[in-house]
Amino acid sequence: MTQTAEAAEAEAAEPEQPPVDERVKERSKFHQALIRPELGGIAGTILVFFFFFLTARDSGMFSPSGVLNWSIVSAQFIIIAVGACLLMIAGEFDLSVGSMIGFAGMSIALLSVSLGWPVWLAIIVTFILCMGVGALNGWLVIKTGLPSFIVTLAFLFILRGLTIFAAITTTNKTIVGGIRDVAEGDWLAPIFGGKIFTGFFQWMGDAGWIETFERGTRKGQPVVEGIPMLIVWALVLVIFGHWLLTKTKFGNWIFASGGDARSADYVGVPVNRVKILMFMFTAFCACVFATAQVMEFGSAGADRGLLKEFEAIISVVIGGALLTGGYGSVIGAALGAIIFGVVQQGLFFAGVESSLFRVFLGVILLLAVILNTYIRRMITGEK
Amino acid sequence: MAEPIIDMRNIEKHFGSVIALAGVSVDVIPGECHCLLGDNGAGKSTFIKTMSGVHKPSAGEIFFEGKPMNFDSPRDSIDAGIATVYQDLAMIPLMSVARNFFMGNEPTRKIAGISFFDHQKANDVTMAEMKKMGINLRSPDQAVGTLSGGERQTVAIARAVHFGAKVLILDEPTSALGVRQTANVLATVDKVRSQGIGVVLITHNVRHAMAVGDRFTVLDRGKTLGTANRGEITPEELQDLMAGGQKLATLEGSLGGTV
Ligand SMILES: Nc1ncnc2c1ncn2[C@@H]1O[C@H](COP(=O)(O)OP(=O)(O)OP(=O)(O)O)[C@@H](O)[C@H]1O
Ligand SMILES: [Mg+2]
Repeated sequence: MTQTAEAAEAEAAEPEQPPVDERVKERSKFHQALIRPELGGIAGTILVFFFFFLTARDSGMFSPSGVLNWSIVSAQFIIIAVGACLLMIAGEFDLSVGSMIGFAGMSIALLSVSLGWPVWLAIIVTFILCMGVGALNGWLVIKTGLPSFIVTLAFLFILRGLTIFAAITTTNKTIVGGIRDVAEGDWLAPIFGGKIFTGFFQWMGDAGWIETFERGTRKGQPVVEGIPMLIVWALVLVIFGHWLLTKTKFGNWIFASGGDARSADYVGVPVNRVKILMFMFTAFCACVFATAQVMEFGSAGADRGLLKEFEAIISVVIGGALLTGGYGSVIGAALGAIIFGVVQQGLFFAGVESSLFRVFLGVILLLAVILNTYIRRMITGEK
Repeated sequence: MAEPIIDMRNIEKHFGSVIALAGVSVDVIPGECHCLLGDNGAGKSTFIKTMSGVHKPSAGEIFFEGKPMNFDSPRDSIDAGIATVYQDLAMIPLMSVARNFFMGNEPTRKIAGISFFDHQKANDVTMAEMKKMGINLRSPDQAVGTLSGGERQTVAIARAVHFGAKVLILDEPTSALGVRQTANVLATVDKVRSQGIGVVLITHNVRHAMAVGDRFTVLDRGKTLGTANRGEITPEELQDLMAGGQKLATLEGSLGGTV
């Protein structure tokens, strides 16, 4: 009885509803959410935090210094993931990111410490050099028509070899220190190695909101001095990347170039320019990573950045981007990077054998790729 | 006769050892529909691609509005006011209909001096243009990959009509369309033509060609078999020419005249 009443009511209400296409089957909210590229990243992030909150709550992972610890690691991953993400959506890979990090760091160290250049000049020249290499990568990929996988694999070796060679021949060492001293008073160095809101954190420390050191030379200072510029860079790059990809004309070109370069070219998208610029942007991100790292450590090592290209690509894939290009999200990539950073540091806090991290990585990568393929089928209607 | 908008003279195109075009001359005058006809592999698509800047001709000259023109990329021809529906449509399956529609010609809106992709405008225009072509899109956010073949073709046509300011090139635009949509496309060609736009139409369907064509050029193995004006040629003659000059008579008998 009530059922028919309800049906009658529904019928009566019908004409007031806007005309809905009768061919659109009401898709469940879940289904709709699933075809957002960030979904995997969001679910994964929640899961990861939930897991560590249960298992490692008392380990200090969620104390101010613990949070800072995994935030910095995540921020590092985010910086290179943003570059890798836009490049992957544009349909290309850069396997030379890790070597580029070593190369950039060494370039800054040798130019400033060994050659005595001002640090700001060393940083600027290094950025130009690296973005030049990025452009060369892109140009070669376009001119030869080879997969970027091969071209940038070549640069993985070339850059690493050059870095070690330059370090050995000029200083006889593979680690060049002394950067902190020469960076003293430099105007550009703090943009990569500095901290912001230090006064605010001191105030919080004084007020007893966060812990302070109880003894030693830093007695009275808060355990977290401020927000490292590394985190600021990560945020800025994510915001910039997200804006570029989703809110601009150029973003549409990135999707188009990766989705089908030939079709994009036919309708007037400057595919080559887009791809070369994305290679340069990836190099820029690697350079930001390297400069911040050099400023933090006060030294450059010829072996820095090892395997970073894969970590970046994995973050991007966990974030929902398709390896084949044309689809993905910067927010997703950033969440992928956070998952990466939190798990890596969380296992450490939880006291789990660190080798298990690699197992975790492999498993999550596999799951992400399977999920992404499924989602792609759903978008393109193959399924 | 009016000045041609685009005049292609003795266009040749070689792909390595393959000679796809061996000197084809075609011109398009404002307000006409110039049909390009011919067998599979005759060189029709290759020819229109030299017109739209995709291929650089190996030899020959292109005059656009009377001036010699060298299109280095499709961008140049689009900027000159030439829009093309390619045989493979040039659509990106993973991207939404609206993003595809405006690909390469994105509308922007300035907020505080920064230029943003105007999604609202893109969506509205896409829906409106598709409606004009007789297709009610479910949503402008729908990925092109989920559209039917005909719907996809219609998006490509609507896009070209929207951006084709002077010349509209259609490479087999009706190959996947239903009766109603085909009629729509032919009506659109007629309308566009009356606005003074030059239309190049490639088709294998003689009835479609006869319905809207003002001139007919038949290509065969990279060469022109000739150009005929409307009224100077019968559908039967055209059909024979399109088959590469070979009589379809034997075939026609067994097919009961249905070709
Ligand atoms: N990029 C290319 N490389 C080599 N050969 C090509 C290329 N593009 C076209 N051809 C050759 O040029 C000839 C003409 O091809 P084209 O696509 O222009 O034919 P078409 O007239 O459009 O045929 P259809 O009616 O089947 O579309 C064919 O023999 C084809 O194999
Ligand atoms: Mg063709």
